[in-house]
Amino acid sequence: MPKLLLLFISSAVVNNFVLARFLGNCPFLGVSKEIKTSLGMGVATTFVMVMSGIVTWLLNHYILIPFELEYMQTIVFILTIATLVQFVEMVMKKNTPALHRALGIFLPLITTNCAVLGLAVMAVRENYSFIETVVFALGGGVGFSLALALMAGIREDMKEDLIPEAFRGPAIALITAGIMAMAFMGFTGILPS
Amino acid sequence: MSPLILSLICMGSLGLVFGLGLALASRKFAVESDPHIDEIEAVLPKVNCGACGAAGCRAFAEAVSRGEMPTNGCIPGGGAVTDRIAQIMGVAADEMEERKVAQVMCGGDYEHAKLRSLYDGLQDCRAAVGASGGPKGCVYGCVRLGNCVKACLFGALKLSEEGLPEVDEKKCTGCNKCVEACPKDIIELRPVSMGVHVRCRSIEKGPQVRKWCSVGCIGCMRCEKACPSDAIHVLNNLAGVDYSKCTNCGKCVEVCPVGCIEQQGKAIIVRNAINTKSN
Repeated sequence: MPKLLLLFISSAVVNNFVLARFLGNCPFLGVSKEIKTSLGMGVATTFVMVMSGIVTWLLNHYILIPFELEYMQTIVFILTIATLVQFVEMVMKKNTPALHRALGIFLPLITTNCAVLGLAVMAVRENYSFIETVVFALGGGVGFSLALALMAGIREDMKEDLIPEAFRGPAIALITAGIMAMAFMGFTGILPS
Repeated sequence: MSPLILSLICMGSLGLVFGLGLALASRKFAVESDPHIDEIEAVLPKVNCGACGAAGCRAFAEAVSRGEMPTNGCIPGGGAVTDRIAQIMGVAADEMEERKVAQVMCGGDYEHAKLRSLYDGLQDCRAAVGASGGPKGCVYGCVRLGNCVKACLFGALKLSEEGLPEVDEKKCTGCNKCVEACPKDIIELRPVSMGVHVRCRSIEKGPQVRKWCSVGCIGCMRCEKACPSDAIHVLNNLAGVDYSKCTNCGKCVEVCPVGCIEQQGKAIIVRNAINTKSN
């Protein structure tokens, strides 16, 4: 149990997908203008991450490995993720049309979110068990949502600030992201080496 | 079994399973959209000009179907499209405002406006303006590189031989694209029946205007005094026509010493009251 907790903390905070591994920066900058939409994006991405973690693990262990088709991992994982994103989009359009409109193009873009594919590939490389993969994926999704929500909070406050013209928009967002990444490095000591 | 066939079977069956799953899901989570949206979109000009204020023709159709935008919102489409949208939506067509067309508010062509430098860079108005305000002596004038012509979606603008953009009133739909494209704010939209315009944007004092351009407004106030309907006023050394009062009588055109007021259809005529020869 402590091992799983450590794994969760590791993937959520210490090795945060956005701020330590620098995966999924596109939605991180694109959808972090409002806390509400960023949380919606975080939940959607977390869902896709966990589901794709589960499905890719099953596919890998029950189809790819027995048939010695490991070299097909990438394409199978991409197919899985694309299907799941489509599914999430349909559910969202039906149940939360407002959130669907707010996320706009970034929802289908989860398909190409490298954090999702990165998670599936990493879980395979680290030889995680099924439970470990789920915890790892959940931690990754929570970490992604956390980074997104923190960034959205900062950017909401920054709207009122007097920023020099040259730094407005994406420039200040990238600088903020850099400082946040440095702050997240401080968590490294939590993990026993 | 060879790995090739195995991988083919594997991918094929996975694709099949996922595809069927999605097909079932799309039936279960189908969202009914208003059939009016497609019908309205079909009658729109589909140039996605954005003149209505929506993000494109599709977005406009959605907004109309929800009743958030008026049926007369499509400016390029004009009256005909308005009638058809009203028919589709089953409502009375909203009154159209008078059609607007673009008007170039600068008369400084090659003949009348002098250059202070030669610009040899990128043939783009914005780039030229970036190079210390453009090559023209008058910094308020048209830089004559045709960003407006490139922006026009309807082929209504062209650069004349004299070097100024010309508006084809028949083709112009008043979509505002050229107005946005001009870095000098030289193009305005005017009601199509309004025929008298001051083709100058310079707010410099008279002598400074004349130094560079022989057809620029010098703010002499003669038009203001001549106007019988109080429709033309000089503000900041520049005359401007109030279209709500103007009667197209043309008195101001007659008295303008530099000929910067144009009556529709007539070319700019430089009158000889002022010596336009300069150093």
